[in-house]
Amino acid sequence: MPLTAEALAARLQDTLGDKITQSRIALGELTIEVAAADWLEVARRLRDEPGLAFDMLIDLAGVDYSAYKDGAWAGRRFAVVLHLLSVAKNHRLRVRTFCPDDDFPVLPSLVEVWPAANWFEREAFDLFGIVFEGHPDLRRLLTDYGFIGHPFRKDFPLSGHVEMRYDPELKRVIYQPVTIEPREVTPRIVREDTYGDVGRG
Amino acid sequence: MAEIRNYTLNFGPQHPAAHGVLRLVLELDGEVIERADPHIGLLHRATEKLAEHKTFLQSVPYMDRLDYVSMMCNEHAYVLAIEKLLGITPPLRAQYIRVMFDELTRILNHLMWLGAHALDIGAMTVFLYAFREREDIMDMYEAVSGARMHAAYYRPGGVYRDLPDRMPQYEVSPYKDAEEVKRLNENRQGSLLDFIEDFTNRFPTYVDEYETLLTDNRIWKQRTVGIGVVSPERAKALGLTGPMLRGSGVVWDLRRHQPYEVYDQLDFEIPVGRNGDCYDRYLVRIEEMRQANRIVRQCVDWLKKNPGPVIVDNHKVAPPSREAMKANMEELIHHFKLFTEGMHVPEGEAYAAVEHPKGEFGIYLISDGANKPYRMKIRPAGFTHMAALDELARGHMIADVVAIIGTIDIVFGDIDR
Repeated sequence: MPLTAEALAARLQDTLGDKITQSRIALGELTIEVAAADWLEVARRLRDEPGLAFDMLIDLAGVDYSAYKDGAWAGRRFAVVLHLLSVAKNHRLRVRTFCPDDDFPVLPSLVEVWPAANWFEREAFDLFGIVFEGHPDLRRLLTDYGFIGHPFRKDFPLSGHVEMRYDPELKRVIYQPVTIEPREVTPRIVREDTYGDVGRG
Repeated sequence: MAEIRNYTLNFGPQHPAAHGVLRLVLELDGEVIERADPHIGLLHRATEKLAEHKTFLQSVPYMDRLDYVSMMCNEHAYVLAIEKLLGITPPLRAQYIRVMFDELTRILNHLMWLGAHALDIGAMTVFLYAFREREDIMDMYEAVSGARMHAAYYRPGGVYRDLPDRMPQYEVSPYKDAEEVKRLNENRQGSLLDFIEDFTNRFPTYVDEYETLLTDNRIWKQRTVGIGVVSPERAKALGLTGPMLRGSGVVWDLRRHQPYEVYDQLDFEIPVGRNGDCYDRYLVRIEEMRQANRIVRQCVDWLKKNPGPVIVDNHKVAPPSREAMKANMEELIHHFKLFTEGMHVPEGEAYAAVEHPKGEFGIYLISDGANKPYRMKIRPAGFTHMAALDELARGHMIADVVAIIGTIDIVFGDIDR
């Protein structure tokens, strides 16, 4: 039988103790937050403690919180979220940490703990500009050769900065500033909590 | 003595064995691979970023275009994540329909994989056989959603509509005479479920045919046995999932260990390999097709007996019926709001994963309460497999790289997103 989220939370509290800055259970999923300084150590212990045995790194996602709730976010800007799975114990965990510096987000690399982190970290570096210290081969992964900028940051426009076309005079492909206007057909709306509540006006 | 030189070889991105747009930079010592460096991203369309600019419903068709040979499974993870955040459960009939189409999709995907893999290694016939059966499954897709591939059939709260009562028929044309049309329409006389049932009766024989061509084939075994071996420990460390993990002998299947929808009600086996080589992964996938067929059969039986709603009644999530909309102002407003502003998903985060034909396919959604996701992260099944290519291919010959690319079942739609 797999552990319930509550039992896993208690076990994590016993093993990691004050390394956990926040622990939350929502929708049956357990999320813990750790400080960036403890990132590598926590990862190692999550993998090696026999009661936890997170032998698989399922996903590593970068998140840019700067536009959260239309700018109401007060915390650090960049976060990295891990999704871990224990095949042996059949439980899952989400671990989040915030990069201490908003202008130059750096975190230690987890490649030595889970080799699967290799490409996920390259992806987060490419799309969010988060630098993973100690990564053996931190190159861009998904964007074009010579791409400038980190496209998944919230201040990067959806239409990008440059477009590519064939120039018949130069007889080669050239880059030029985008010529299309950014447009949003459906605006993004965050409703206040009481919206549509009959009786509260 | 012959002089042995080191080469760096560029493989792809327009190589028929590269399965799409893989560019592989191979460092060779003679003909032995010393390092394989996959360059991906040639099909990167920033689906995750696009989803941040679309309402929750508008992103459903983008999911089809991720892994474009197992369309409905991608949609499944996405709608599961939304449903988790909304706290709704689709009606039981919708869950059975989803499971049935997930398994049909698994057959669809494995047939494509089998055909392409065999073609890469030099067996032409299997490809033609596999496409014969794929055609039937695509007809099922078309009957239920109107599209042969990009179905957009799963919706948050259920599925778009109930299964149709009749199958589309072939018609006489300059290319098909009346006799031919009669033969083609023979199993299309009843409902979609009858057609699927007929397919499940025929399919085990088809799998036997593929096995006759390959399983004991000497050339096939020479090309796959002992190639690309992964130990169970290494498979877990590299993040391999699905048949790649099971091929190494790890018993792990989300359908069994973390069941979603109605998988815990159904009877099926999980095949595992022993040696973790290309041949074992082939055997695992072949057996998975047989098991998928069994599951489809059980779903057909259940669905025939149990009519009912296929989408939730909550019109903040699912549209009202056309009829109700035309008679009732409230329903008209619901419809208008749902398709202009879209649904608002409560603030929070959720990760939902399904056992995709290729492995674990997950969607991580962060919502800040808006009508669009704040962040959507797709956990593609093929991504970690592609990353493991370097380790799998090291020390093998150039020709084996083709076998290894085949065995990891890559589709660039989901690796590049």
